[in-house]
Amino acid sequence: MSVLARIVRSQIGASAIAALLALAIVALVVAAGGYDIARAASALWNGSVGSSYSFFSGTLVRATPLIIVGLAVAVAFQAGVLNIGAEGQLLAGAAATVAAGLALSAWPGWLSIPIELAAGMLAGAAWASVAAVLKRSFGVLEVISTLMLNFVALYMVSYLVRGPLEEPTHTYPETLRLAESARLPVIIPGQRLHLGFTLAVLLAIVAWWFMRSTVAGFRIRAVGAGPAAAASAGRVSVDRVVFRTFLASGALAGLGGAVQVTGVTYKLCELISPGYGYTAIAVALLARLNPLAVIVAGIFFGALEAGGAGMQRDAGVPSGFVYVIEALVILGVLAVDRVRTYAGARSAAVPGESAA
Amino acid sequence: MTDPAFALALHDIIKRFGSTVALDGARLDVRPGTLHALLGENGAGKTTLMRLAFGMLRADAGAIEVDGAQRRWGSSADAIAAGIGMVHQHFLLVPAMTVAENVSLGDRGIFRGFDPRNAADRVRQIGTETGLVLDPEARARDLTVGAQQRLEIVKALARDAKILILDEPTAVLSPAESQELYAWLRTFVARGRTVVLITHKVREALATADDLTVLRHGRTVLTGMSNQLDESAVIAAMLGTSVAVAGGDAASPLPAAAPSTSVMSLEQVSVMDRRGVARVRNVSLEVRAGEIVGIAGVEGAGQHELLRVLAGRLSADSGKVRTPSRIGFVPEDRLRDALIPAMTLTENLALKDAGLARGTLDWEAYNARALLTIREHDVRTSGSDALAGALSGGNQQKFVLGRELEGSPDALVVENPTRGLDIRAAAHVLSELKSARASGVAIVMYSSDLDEVLSIADRMIVCFGGNATETAVDADAVGRALVGLT
Repeated sequence: MSVLARIVRSQIGASAIAALLALAIVALVVAAGGYDIARAASALWNGSVGSSYSFFSGTLVRATPLIIVGLAVAVAFQAGVLNIGAEGQLLAGAAATVAAGLALSAWPGWLSIPIELAAGMLAGAAWASVAAVLKRSFGVLEVISTLMLNFVALYMVSYLVRGPLEEPTHTYPETLRLAESARLPVIIPGQRLHLGFTLAVLLAIVAWWFMRSTVAGFRIRAVGAGPAAAASAGRVSVDRVVFRTFLASGALAGLGGAVQVTGVTYKLCELISPGYGYTAIAVALLARLNPLAVIVAGIFFGALEAGGAGMQRDAGVPSGFVYVIEALVILGVLAVDRVRTYAGARSAAVPGESAA
Repeated sequence: MTDPAFALALHDIIKRFGSTVALDGARLDVRPGTLHALLGENGAGKTTLMRLAFGMLRADAGAIEVDGAQRRWGSSADAIAAGIGMVHQHFLLVPAMTVAENVSLGDRGIFRGFDPRNAADRVRQIGTETGLVLDPEARARDLTVGAQQRLEIVKALARDAKILILDEPTAVLSPAESQELYAWLRTFVARGRTVVLITHKVREALATADDLTVLRHGRTVLTGMSNQLDESAVIAAMLGTSVAVAGGDAASPLPAAAPSTSVMSLEQVSVMDRRGVARVRNVSLEVRAGEIVGIAGVEGAGQHELLRVLAGRLSADSGKVRTPSRIGFVPEDRLRDALIPAMTLTENLALKDAGLARGTLDWEAYNARALLTIREHDVRTSGSDALAGALSGGNQQKFVLGRELEGSPDALVVENPTRGLDIRAAAHVLSELKSARASGVAIVMYSSDLDEVLSIADRMIVCFGGNATETAVDADAVGRALVGLT
């Protein structure tokens, strides 16, 4: 087998190829658009990993919600639940977290912060439960229901910050800021990186262990990969596994929102998420739904988003190109998957024949 | 109407699928204004012959005549234009569309447009003319099975079908619905139309049809008027034995089996499908350790549900079910129901515990068990980390059987275990079943290949219309029970 074929057939290799292809295509487009490609690249580099500040306060801060929400998407996709609604669940979680944090501003942090995060998870799960119940009771496709619920959540946040949760002066459509005690602590002095990143990495490790080593995690994978066999050979209650995974996914996405408001924005406003819930889909796919790889993919996309801002500032390249890269990564992953399927089918046919 | 001798005549029809000969000089002559029953066992060629008549398939040789004129079909559209309609065993309806829309689906002409009021009127008109009343606005998916069948017939009548072919129409109907259908078919032929009825139910055919034709192995072996034929002659023709005439003691008591413990039992068990039609009706049976109980049944006779109740994969709607907790199940669709193709053999082995186990999985142990299963059951593969989907069908089946026999289960339920396997792999599977029986496992086995079940079964249960009857272990007795005779 050639080296190239071996790289394509390995999971990591395939994802790396997809990411590099996406970067290369965007580089070509940027160059064709008459921009200075070298300056754009160096701005992207400096804005994301070029300095300790850009890395710890730019890239990793943006990677934090991407990792947590990426896990939400990865776990759901593993069960065959196409939860496209992480954005809405994130917003619901953020709103509930801020509401709880404002109410508990007099409480000590060790007590209020866990309650805030729990409120975010509950709200995310509740938001997902709308689509989960519709799916279980009426067979409504979750791709559609969760996507629509994203818009409902967005306008719900709009209403909250203009109505019940608006700051007392009614000048800005946003809430009051959370008390110091109700915020996640910064973990590196002088940087913006907060405890949420540690939490994200720990969660990824736990999720990896859970999916790999526990019966419940195995059930999720089996239901996603072969629901009929899981029910018949494994006597798994497929509907129940799908439902619970759906709620767990919503809870994780809600936690992503909770971490964002307690660690970064300290308040609720309409622009709380620049589409983290959508980028998380790209993160999960690039990571092949592997929770450990979600850390890497989350940091990669965090770097792109952090660097994209720098690219616009220093090289005049619209930061929207970063989203083009995300879309191309998704397409690239899907395309490389097809190639791998063909390559796999060809090489598997050889031992299969001799064994017949 | 009496001008041509036959409304539909098929002569010397030959049809091959690859190396198998489905029809080998079959002949069918249908007199106009009669109800003609086409009988035969599973695989006798009944459906193939009628698909040829309807233009869905093309014969390799032979002639088709409609009203005395020789015809050649390019497609079903030609057959429909010539006045032939066919109602398939599996309905061809668009569930989300209304009755009127389903009826209009086959209309020719792209630019003619669909006029809903016109289509609805057509459905109502056919209803008043023929008695097949349907609500034109109802969605096809909301109709009962009986009404869906009525819709299929109305579709054919809307194209002016003068010859109506029905493929096993009563297989999905309740007894009352079947009676209703037969009564309607009689009035249809009384008005000068013609019906060909594909069935395996001898008694129903004799009671309803004017004429009968029996196919066996793709040849026409008997044809005549039903009032001049008797049951035993028809059965003999279907099964290809002369013994059938003498065989009246199909349900004779069995030689006493060696006394052993009862492992599972059903008492008055019934199972309904989603529409509330009973698929299994008040079935009682007992399976003892160290015996193989063979199950036979034509498609849709209830064996599919019966096997799943026995395997604990389907809960009964009424009755008492007693099954052991350690029970293996080998379903016929192994790539869908038994294995997850994208997972490794180790993971597929662990799958058997997925529903019941708790806590964490010991992958080392499962890997060792997978390797043991691979070795003991001669599964040819690169190792326990090979994907199940990469194995050949025979090796997949050996692995599934090995997995279900692992951990010495008390009982094993197998469904068409040799389907799609070559002779060597099939023989291997059967010998595995025999050695499991020798070690005391209670086995229930269904196979659509009657010779295969008979070669291995200690006792035989035949399913017919949801009922299960015990018969002697011989082809004749089972054959009679398969078509509803005891």
